[in-house]
Amino acid sequence: MPNVRVNLFSALLPGLALMVAGCGDGSEQPTPQPIRLAEPVPVTLDAFGRPAPDVLAEQQQLHRGNGEEPQTLDPHRAEGVPTANILRDLFEGLATTAPDGRIVPGAAGRWDISRDGMTYTFYLREDGRWSNGDPVTAEDFVFSFRRSVDPATAAVYGRMLMPIENAQAILAGDQPPENLGVEALNERTVQIRLDDPTPYFLGLLTHASTYPVHRPSLVEHGDDFVLPGNLVSNGAYELVEWVPRSRLVLDRNLDYHSAGGVIIERVVYYPIEDENTEFQRFRVGDLHWTDQVPSNLFGWLSVNLPQALSVSPWFGTYYFGFNLTRGPFRDNLPLRRALNLAIDRDILTGKVTQFGEIPTFTLVPDGLPDYEPPLPDYAILTQAQREEMARELYREAGYSEDDPLEVELRYNTSENHRKIAVAVAAMWKQTLGVRTRLINEEFRVFLQNRAMRRNTEVFRAGWIGDYQDAFTFLELFHSAHRRNDSGYDNPRYDRLLEQISTERIPARRRNLMVEAERMLLGDQVVLPVYTYVTKRLVNPLLKGWEPNVMDFHPSRQMFFVKSRAQAEAEAAAMQPEVAPETETDSGTTGDVTVVEEGTT
Amino acid sequence: MLNYSLKRLASAIPTLLILITVAFFLIRIAPGGPFDSEKALPPEIEANLEAKYQLDDPLIIQYFRYLGDIAQFDFGPSFHYRDWTVNQLIAQGAPVSFTLGGIALVLAFVFGVGIGIWAALKQNSPSDYLTMSVAMIGISIPNFVAAPILILVFAITLGWLPAGGWDGSIQRMILPAVALSLPMIAYVARITRGSMIEVLHSSFIRTARAKGMPEHEVLLRHALKPALLPVISYLGPAAAAILTGSVVIERIFTIPGIGSHFVQGALNRDYTLVMGVVIFYGVLIILLNYLVDLLYAWLDPRIRYEG
Repeated sequence: MPNVRVNLFSALLPGLALMVAGCGDGSEQPTPQPIRLAEPVPVTLDAFGRPAPDVLAEQQQLHRGNGEEPQTLDPHRAEGVPTANILRDLFEGLATTAPDGRIVPGAAGRWDISRDGMTYTFYLREDGRWSNGDPVTAEDFVFSFRRSVDPATAAVYGRMLMPIENAQAILAGDQPPENLGVEALNERTVQIRLDDPTPYFLGLLTHASTYPVHRPSLVEHGDDFVLPGNLVSNGAYELVEWVPRSRLVLDRNLDYHSAGGVIIERVVYYPIEDENTEFQRFRVGDLHWTDQVPSNLFGWLSVNLPQALSVSPWFGTYYFGFNLTRGPFRDNLPLRRALNLAIDRDILTGKVTQFGEIPTFTLVPDGLPDYEPPLPDYAILTQAQREEMARELYREAGYSEDDPLEVELRYNTSENHRKIAVAVAAMWKQTLGVRTRLINEEFRVFLQNRAMRRNTEVFRAGWIGDYQDAFTFLELFHSAHRRNDSGYDNPRYDRLLEQISTERIPARRRNLMVEAERMLLGDQVVLPVYTYVTKRLVNPLLKGWEPNVMDFHPSRQMFFVKSRAQAEAEAAAMQPEVAPETETDSGTTGDVTVVEEGTT
Repeated sequence: MLNYSLKRLASAIPTLLILITVAFFLIRIAPGGPFDSEKALPPEIEANLEAKYQLDDPLIIQYFRYLGDIAQFDFGPSFHYRDWTVNQLIAQGAPVSFTLGGIALVLAFVFGVGIGIWAALKQNSPSDYLTMSVAMIGISIPNFVAAPILILVFAITLGWLPAGGWDGSIQRMILPAVALSLPMIAYVARITRGSMIEVLHSSFIRTARAKGMPEHEVLLRHALKPALLPVISYLGPAAAAILTGSVVIERIFTIPGIGSHFVQGALNRDYTLVMGVVIFYGVLIILLNYLVDLLYAWLDPRIRYEG
């Protein structure tokens, strides 16, 4: 008995050590047991560009951690990233994305765009099928687009369809859904007419609100058409099981047009909200893919698990907004500029958030193929120079050491937001002597306060772009936009946005957007802090995916390769049989060498 | 006795009605609504959503409509988990929470009472002090500390048990059930020890011993039943709490019980779901308190005869 007790205590010790370390300020890294992850064999491709059969693992079941429980699997009523991940496997819009995020043909094999950029004609794939074998027709898309804007559907993301002719009036209930500018020209051709040329329109077609739904099963099951057994989908996978808040199981859809190229046979999504739990389950091998990474483990992970850790820029910006409608910031550009210059973004990302976030001075993130955010001139200065400027502007704004600015900084409940707010307040204090009161609010209270613009002074904000275009950020500050919580009301800016919406020539449109962002930054409506990154752990044996700025990773593109150990064991098992024929033997080793050269 | 039970049950109805009314208006007073997010909705879309979920009527009408619905046991659609009704969500989560809570209760009762009696018998000995100190630590260590330690030790270091998840198998229940029961074991042990010591000093025990009754019979036949009374009155409401799930344990072990609906439902302003779990919890508390009263009557003859 005493023996057992001793063992139990020695077993508890590492855990206690971790706890103590975990209570530190983040500079001490906890020391969990190292994980041994299998090393993958190099990927070789066959003549069709697919992974060669001999590198593929036998087991092709993917277990993905996926954040929150999906709110609904009805693509037209869905919202949120976790739901979008699952729907991307189940459904396919007219267009879809390649592993690097490029837009490529989806349910439509090709399309034409009219010269004025206002009419899109999509030619559906001849072999497009629903998971029950029905063909995917143009009528299916017409039905689905109409359903998505029908007020009765109450689609949360109906605004994604707003560029389509009459969509806005239909959403408002002023016109019947039949008036939507989407038409079936024949069984396999869909034509969509837009109100304005919308260069990012193809990108919208990768969004769930534009996915097709299977009309007969909707008629048969009503709202229950999304449940397992009822759901008929046109994507690479079909739904087999859904235990809410436990797991969601998808199997390969054999009727999918490119089913032959889909290697992962089964995908299991686990809703796991707690990032530490998710990390533990990755460690014990329950998961191949995580949605998040515990924020205090970055240092440890980059040393101990670099082969599994993936960090890459995301299409979103973390910033602070100023309430321009009242109190100290109204008509006080020097003050806003001073506060902007006084914060050291390198410290915020390097010491506070510590996850490879990218410091930024602009609202629109870098990395768009056809847009370069206008860098303000102070961006190239040193931080010391910026702080010098900040002090001057602060005095100009009418404040001083003896008469400091007293300001409220509001953020919603989150450890990360709190840490950043504390650091920002400290920087303001140190450089300018500003007295900041930090106010933490529950998310929905916070959102309401922001929108009312009555209590707020400085508030935390973040924006993840809805589609790959700078406009998704710029439109936020239109005087009539509902999320314009700063209350920015500049008729020149509004006019610019309207010009951008109707501009048909890409180069001119881009220049207008740059001008708009420059105006926004010049007026210092917001205080950009950093560009978001996506961060996750991925089993090194899982291949076929690439980091991309939209963070879209359909399972159909992924596959598992053999581990090196397994490949070697197999080679060893083969050895005795082929050993007598020396020629074959040397041939085999020769092949392996070629393979390695080819991939390195 | 029967009359008394019926009266007790009837008094539950106004209690529930008050609970429903207060909860209904409280959650509606909270700022923000179920469809708020950092991405603001265009007004047309917000109006469509409100119409769909009948949030566009005056609050008082919504209240009476809700009362009418729950009278027919219809708790309405969840605003957040939009493919499910609240009835479905509770029907899916309650068995999980009941199973887990049930195991934890049994563990708490068996180990708590066992340890408590043992400590009482060894009163003021080193082993008594040791067990009671350990129990005190058990009470003070919160779940969110104990649970990750259990995972670290038994799932990651030793690799004996899964780190989380739920599929109805025993292996996946062990760690969460233990984590859930640890503080309860400690409580029950302390309560049992206290009341046991008191009972052992009472005159009827002395009489039993004086009659020459064997010690184990003294303990089991005479001392145990009265000593359990305070434990039972603690376990009644505690059972209601534990059976409706623990937010912390469910989150750490990713268990699909109904505990997280209380917090997550409120944060999401999922009005119907919050109401559903509140009513469920209310009914359970009322039922369990009622059960405790019946148990009391069985354990304590004085109550039986007076009743």
